[in-house]
Amino acid sequence: MAIGVKVMKRPTKQTSYLRATLKGMALTFSHLLRPKVTMQYPEQKATDDWSLSSRWRGTHRMLTDEQGRAKCVACGLCPQICPANCIKLVPGEDEEGHRYPLIYEIDEFRCIFCGYCQEVCPEEAIHVGVHYENSEYSRDRFVYDLERLTAQTHPVSTLWDPSDPKGE
Amino acid sequence: MTPFLVISAIKVFVVVNVILVGVALLTLLERRVCAWMQDRLGPNRVGPQGLLQPAADGLKNFLKEETSPAMADKALFTLAPIVSFVPAMLTFAVIPFASPLPTKWGVVPMVVADLPVGFLYILAISSLGVYGIVLAGWASNNKYALLGGLRASAQMISYEIALGMSTVAVLLLAGNVTLSQVIAQQQLGLPFVIPLTIAFVIFFISALAETNRLPFDLPEAEGELIAGYHTEYSAMKFSMFYIAEYSNMVTASALMATLFFGGWDIPFTHWDDTGDPTILKTLLTLGAFSLKTFFFLFAYIWIRWTLPRFRYDQLMALGWKVLLPLALMYITLLAVAIWFLRIRLGWSYGPGMAWALGGLNLVLLVALVWWLDRGRIVSGSVPQEAA
Repeated sequence: MAIGVKVMKRPTKQTSYLRATLKGMALTFSHLLRPKVTMQYPEQKATDDWSLSSRWRGTHRMLTDEQGRAKCVACGLCPQICPANCIKLVPGEDEEGHRYPLIYEIDEFRCIFCGYCQEVCPEEAIHVGVHYENSEYSRDRFVYDLERLTAQTHPVSTLWDPSDPKGE
Repeated sequence: MTPFLVISAIKVFVVVNVILVGVALLTLLERRVCAWMQDRLGPNRVGPQGLLQPAADGLKNFLKEETSPAMADKALFTLAPIVSFVPAMLTFAVIPFASPLPTKWGVVPMVVADLPVGFLYILAISSLGVYGIVLAGWASNNKYALLGGLRASAQMISYEIALGMSTVAVLLLAGNVTLSQVIAQQQLGLPFVIPLTIAFVIFFISALAETNRLPFDLPEAEGELIAGYHTEYSAMKFSMFYIAEYSNMVTASALMATLFFGGWDIPFTHWDDTGDPTILKTLLTLGAFSLKTFFFLFAYIWIRWTLPRFRYDQLMALGWKVLLPLALMYITLLAVAIWFLRIRLGWSYGPGMAWALGGLNLVLLVALVWWLDRGRIVSGSVPQEAA
């Protein structure tokens, strides 16, 4: 016998199932009366012992300033860092010299939800969101434009904090 | 004659429908009890508490595509579900489900056909069901289906013997095979489960095997044979096998309640079986019968979600090496005991005789459990200890 192999104690003669059967029946019956663990999903999205993590990286959300404009200054860092190349940004500039995005589109199908765009954003404008119900009736609805991104209301991800790796 | 025909037709219609609806609800009960035993909730979306789930399932099966394997024997392939379904529907006919109902046209016995051959009819007709399963396995031209069908025939024929032997004990005590007479006998004394405990145990185990339920569901054995004999079946053909299996369960449970637990008799009272029949008595005894049957149906489900499947050699060993000799020995002992009590002491069946036989059974049961639990029997072969 090789070293470290656990040898189970198995019956060497034929054994009766009688006691084991009765024990098992008692066990299944006791389970019949125990509280159930099922979460009734569409109505119930979190239970006492389970909820979506605040670090969840879901579909994006663009935060806005007090005037309701996107906080984005079209610096171009997020399309630069995006490993999936899913962000399309065309910068514009108004007469006062403020930069803003003319076009800002995220293809959620290409996105790998790494959260780099949120980490790199100097204005804390683009965020990945704590959100997962994304069904649509057509594929083109998954390219989120600026209007769609600013209209999202779900909470934004806190991402992973290296100074607090366990999120405490 | 005409009222008899009309009343019989009504009874047939009601009983068949109650069984079909009962089977539908039983599938739901099966799934929900299974879920509860696994700390889940089970199907609870379609209708209140999922009560309409069977309707949705049935509708789905009606609308599904009927597939027919290219190499299958078309005629037998179509015939098999019918051969399986019809006996399953027929067997309930002889089981009395309530005390007689008084009507304008006389007292109507609450049984579709109180045949003089009684439960022999059930044994005979339910044996036909095995043809459906074997034909399904053979006609599918599929090795898994064929294996399932072969297993089913071997298993059902083996356990039919033990099942029949255990009912011989009832025959000895009741002196009659007509189920209404068996119930009447039990009303005189105690339910037959007390004087015939071991026969009941054998009957229960054999009935599990006869209806192909876990731990004896080797004909289906989804882990080994995909779905066994109904692998190639879809839509309503599959549904018919399913209904047949569950209605066999209903009949087996009802038969257990009738043979060993007094049928529709409300235990420990004589109010329901003496005096004139009334509608109230009929309803209450129907309730008693339903409760007893339901308990066995629940036991079926309970056992299914507790025990793993037997291995084939274990199944055969249990049937031929344990249950059959046990049933034979039991019949011998019981016949001697009944002969002694009836002929030597001149007793007739009543509480005294029931308790006397019950005491004998208790002694035998203790001996049996001790013998089984000493750790040598019931299981199949175990590899010999390495020398």
